[in-house]
Amino acid sequence: MNKVEISNFNFYYGQTQCLKNISFDITSHQVTSIIGPSGCGKSTFLRCLNRMNDLIPGVRMDGVINIDGQDINAPQLDVVSLRKKIGMVFQKPNPFPKTIFDNVAYGLRINGIKDQDYIDDKVQESLKNAVLWDEVKDRLNSSALALSGGQQQRLCVARALAIAPEIVLMDEPASALDPIATAKLEELIVKLKEKYTIIIVTHNMQQAARISDMTAFFMQGDLVEYKHTKQLFTHPDKKITEDYITGRFG
Amino acid sequence: MKKLDIYQFFGMNALRMCMGIVVFILCVIFYDILSKGAGKISWEFLTQMPRNGMTEGGILPAIVGTCCVTLITGIFAVPFGIGCAIYLNEYAKDSWQTRLIRMAIRNLSGVPSIVYGLFGVVLFVNMFKFGTSILSAGLTLGLMTLPWTITASEEALKTIPNGYREGSLALGATKWQMIRTNVLPYAVPGMLTGTILGLSRAAGETAPILFTGAAFFLPALPASINDQFMALPYHLYIMSTQHHSIVKVRSIAYATALVLIGLVFLMNLGAIILRYHLRKQRRE
Repeated sequence: MNKVEISNFNFYYGQTQCLKNISFDITSHQVTSIIGPSGCGKSTFLRCLNRMNDLIPGVRMDGVINIDGQDINAPQLDVVSLRKKIGMVFQKPNPFPKTIFDNVAYGLRINGIKDQDYIDDKVQESLKNAVLWDEVKDRLNSSALALSGGQQQRLCVARALAIAPEIVLMDEPASALDPIATAKLEELIVKLKEKYTIIIVTHNMQQAARISDMTAFFMQGDLVEYKHTKQLFTHPDKKITEDYITGRFG
Repeated sequence: MKKLDIYQFFGMNALRMCMGIVVFILCVIFYDILSKGAGKISWEFLTQMPRNGMTEGGILPAIVGTCCVTLITGIFAVPFGIGCAIYLNEYAKDSWQTRLIRMAIRNLSGVPSIVYGLFGVVLFVNMFKFGTSILSAGLTLGLMTLPWTITASEEALKTIPNGYREGSLALGATKWQMIRTNVLPYAVPGMLTGTILGLSRAAGETAPILFTGAAFFLPALPASINDQFMALPYHLYIMSTQHHSIVKVRSIAYATALVLIGLVFLMNLGAIILRYHLRKQRRE
């Protein structure tokens, strides 16, 4: 089932075109990874999916992105409720300077939920889903900033899961983490696809190969190749993809 | 010694000397005021009205007047300043209009205070018919403080990492929810510091209150914000240049200066303590 359908999507930052005529479909309950060299537009693309680029002045776009068959750039679309449907984990862990509990409860509270028991349950459930519960259950009321980088990133995952999204976007979530923390996060991502549709941007090809079902290779704003991860890494159609995944450039 | 070491030696000592000169001047001023004014400070001096043509008694009305005016200034300048800063930093697009507004605000903070005084007379005293009063003077000082408050608040907002904003919006917060729950709470300590520094500067200003409400001498404390008032900086000016026997009241002038410095120091100290507590709360 297609969760996200992108057709003829172009994105411009001022005079520069960052994404050129992108078309592909993303299947639900799978991990789709987007790889490519720096500056190829992969992060920009990810941020188009929950319209985070709205915050940047001077951007322009055309083409269509449908999520559940609905055009997310349609003028009548409510961007706040769109974002409630889509969780996002950023490149640099960005826990808020609040307690661990308040970080996870943040999304619930801004949605007007006041029932403390419900919030307690949801926080616990989200932390368990993010495989962080055992490490923090005794110090939910201490500052999230005291956690290690890997724990902070899993906290950000828990925070995103608490609002019960359907899609989780991850923008190089492991780039600031050490190998052990990365392994834990990857394990978590694979586990999460049972419930969520995961779209992950990564510059680490091994990571994409390990965790994703589908892989899209971006290059200078073009979608060069998109297919099953195994096929892409073993039998790439295009010479440039092969050059990239074998490490000849990038 | 090698050539580079000599450069290093002279360069560092030149910088050290610059700092030394500044600290020295500050100490001389403070010593001068303290040595000539401290002896006059007493409980009576702080709590009594001036007597015998202001040659005896205390400076209570000036202290009360300055406090009242500063309060009005704060009530006017703080909410407007913070509101402006939120708009400029969080809502306004980066267009030439915004840049023009920002430049205008920066330039306003360089306008001489006497110009604000004259503007206050025209606007508050005459046009709004507030008369020469605490209200007019407070609002005039408020106008003068506004650019400082806006700039300081905007700087405080700029120090909030964008990750807080994006993280909040990505969770489905509206823009105002994001600002209220994830930006303002962390910007408030910085805003307060800048704002209180601006207010303490206003408390020491003479020119803007000269025509808008400050009085040479009043026999009673102001009863409402529509009354005229005595103020510490203006009182100091009178005691040092306008009084009929300047030499006789010299010590009162020095003591007044000391009280004014003390008041400003207390405000800054309050800002420091407040900021410390808010920062500590945030870290826990």
